Amino acid sequence: MLAHAGGVLCLALVRGVHAARADMERAITEFSGGAPIAAGRVRLDVPELVENGNSVPVVVSVDGPVTPDRFVRRIAVFNEKNPQTHVAVFELGPRAGRVHVSTRMRMAESQAIVAVAELSDGTFWSDRVEVVVTLAACLE
Amino acid sequence: MARAMIKVPERLRRGEAFEIRTLIAHPMETGFRSKEGGGLVPRDIISRFVCRYNGEQVFAATLYPAITANPYIAFHTVATDSGVLEFSWTDDRGSTQTESVRIVVE
Repeated sequence: MLAHAGGVLCLALVRGVHAARADMERAITEFSGGAPIAAGRVRLDVPELVENGNSVPVVVSVDGPVTPDRFVRRIAVFNEKNPQTHVAVFELGPRAGRVHVSTRMRMAESQAIVAVAELSDGTFWSDRVEVVVTLAACLE
Repeated sequence: MARAMIKVPERLRRGEAFEIRTLIAHPMETGFRSKEGGGLVPRDIISRFVCRYNGEQVFAATLYPAITANPYIAFHTVATDSGVLEFSWTDDRGSTQTESVRIVVE
């Protein structure tokens, strides 16, 4: 009975794959202000196979030295199928020293995770990981 | 006051990039979970995190409900001078918890 009560809290929001993808693309375009985004420069490290969606380690990084005129302004992380497409927006800058940010996120189900970095020269770069979740987080 | 954990190296060399690891106890209630008997559990999350180094912002984050309970954030900055690292976590209702640690830069 207790297990059943837990299940009630985990009622999933049903949303089509196409709608979810479109929502994420919209959020990414909003973040870049419509500027073009190329693959590369930023690296997103997320395990490709996750046993427990309640806590998934996420690391975003950009290689290379950080100087007063070459730095990373922001890195945003997006997901495709949680109820909200945003995960986090990190604000860095010339004092970051090293661009390597770690956090932990929830994943409602298997889905794509995307990181987008805005560099000081105004360019946008991205990385994408497809994650398979075997035990989903109780997000909804 | 929620319990916060901050880890930084005790001694630093000037010019060195170092990692700062932070965690605060918080449920990060998404606002999407349904209550038994109907309705939703109200959203209650830490939506903003800021780190200042001797008063100047060196890192900040805007957080969304996808971040886990007890949000963990680790990042880097460059050791410039001895002084104070100040951390603040602000929730949806605008209440802020601030913690600080002293660092020694040689």
